[in-house]
Amino acid sequence: MTAPDPRSGATARPGRYGIRPAPDGPPPPPRRRGFDWRAALAPGLMSSASIIVVFGALYWLITSAEQWPRIKAQFFNIDHMIAAAPRVAQGFLTNLQVWLIALACIGVWALVLAVVRSLRGPVFAPFRLMVVVYIDVFRGLPALLLVILFGFGIPALNIPGLPNSGLFWGGVAMVLSYSAYVAEIYRSGIDAVHEGQRAAARSLGLNEWQTLIYAILPQALRNVLPALMNIVVALQKDVALLSVIGVRDAVREAQIYTATTFNYSSLIVAALLFLLATVPMARLADWVNRRDRARRLQIAE
Amino acid sequence: MAEIAIRGLTKYFGTRLVLDRIDVDVSAHEVVCLIGASGSGKSTLLRCINRLIEPDHGTISLGGVPIDSAQFGRTGLQQRVGIVFQSYNLFPHLTVLDNLTLAPRKVQGMARTQANERARETLSLFGMDHFAASYPEQLSGGQQQRVAIARAMMNAPDVLLLDEVTAALDPELVGEVLRIIHDLKSRGLTMVIVTHEMGFARDVADRVCFLSEGRIIEEDIPERLFTSPQAPATQAFLARLIASGRL
Repeated sequence: MTAPDPRSGATARPGRYGIRPAPDGPPPPPRRRGFDWRAALAPGLMSSASIIVVFGALYWLITSAEQWPRIKAQFFNIDHMIAAAPRVAQGFLTNLQVWLIALACIGVWALVLAVVRSLRGPVFAPFRLMVVVYIDVFRGLPALLLVILFGFGIPALNIPGLPNSGLFWGGVAMVLSYSAYVAEIYRSGIDAVHEGQRAAARSLGLNEWQTLIYAILPQALRNVLPALMNIVVALQKDVALLSVIGVRDAVREAQIYTATTFNYSSLIVAALLFLLATVPMARLADWVNRRDRARRLQIAE
Repeated sequence: MAEIAIRGLTKYFGTRLVLDRIDVDVSAHEVVCLIGASGSGKSTLLRCINRLIEPDHGTISLGGVPIDSAQFGRTGLQQRVGIVFQSYNLFPHLTVLDNLTLAPRKVQGMARTQANERARETLSLFGMDHFAASYPEQLSGGQQQRVAIARAMMNAPDVLLLDEVTAALDPELVGEVLRIIHDLKSRGLTMVIVTHEMGFARDVADRVCFLSEGRIIEEDIPERLFTSPQAPATQAFLARLIASGRL
């Protein structure tokens, strides 16, 4: 039994759940749609099917190629891979160590460069100039050239009191080269902090140094975190440059294996190890980026 | 004796004359509003008073002492003159409480517990004590501006400079900030206020200065300046405001 709608004279029908809309209230909320299995599953099924078809076709195309057995034996030989794995993994540990130590050094040294470059006042002019020249030089030179120059050149001088290891000097070359890039990233972060922040800090009595440490740098670092994550990923694989000066990293160990067996599967092992390390880092970088973007959008609202 | 005495203040930005031989006195406990079109030099004048901007010519003295005198030391001037900005300029990476305590801790070497206690007292004066642990971006514009005023008041300054503190606020939030400024006036604080809120200037100011092209064209008590301005430039400025419905 239904009550007549006083406005239209028609009878208001009970809703889907038997809830009758109040005669003079707002219209009822839209009906909640039930779970639609077809809508939920169809895209997933379609994409799975197309992935299987495309990759299946590629697999068939590659493995049916005339030269495939030779390629497989040369690059993807499981026996060789297993045989090379312990030495390559050992070398990869060297990569990770160099990576971590270099990261710490780059983080600090580049910050020093960026801070010096952002100092104001005519007294600091020579230091600012030095940093500008430093960045121009080290950003302009190939990292490979620096690694060879430092890694072979300085130990060859045999200067007493200085470390003689190629690993050390190769690492120094990486730090010098990467710091130039990272210093520029830091500087862009410092420049992006609003001028009003400096004015506020100065008007509260903070001196230039305190203003930088407590007001500007924390914001600058937050600004550039996504860009820094990219550098972290890039450095992880560029450590392999040290292999050219004889550092027994993953690439070097794989090459040594190749030299005795004429089989390249060991390099594939090294490649897999690098991917194992860099892909999660890249995902982490993406995540940091996304979170940063969300934070910015939220502020902009 | 005048609390702030400004004589012959002149400032160029490059070759552009922004302040042209400004003479103003502000007495202790007096509230002076600076009004004028954008670019007339109001904010520059304000920023000269706490040395955020150094003038090219002229002097400013505070309580009879030139503000660039060694007597103020490195931070003495900042202890006695606070400033609040249009865009609040709170430190976004610090909580409200830390925004207030940063300068007392780092500049005056106050202990953290003591600074926190003082900050909570100051926040409660402005009705912001519930937000001590919040970050600035979690607050409304009006709340952020109240925190910024509280931060400027942490040093218990003799003079407060307000640089268009309501210009960035939504209209419904302007009132809460203006009430606070009224409150500070009633407590006897000396204030120099740059504002576009003519109703507020009329209400709170003991004296209003009209600036145009870096000169003080006219200064008077608000009753007279707003109702019977003498200078043609002031008349034109006020007529424009009335025409646009802002007065």
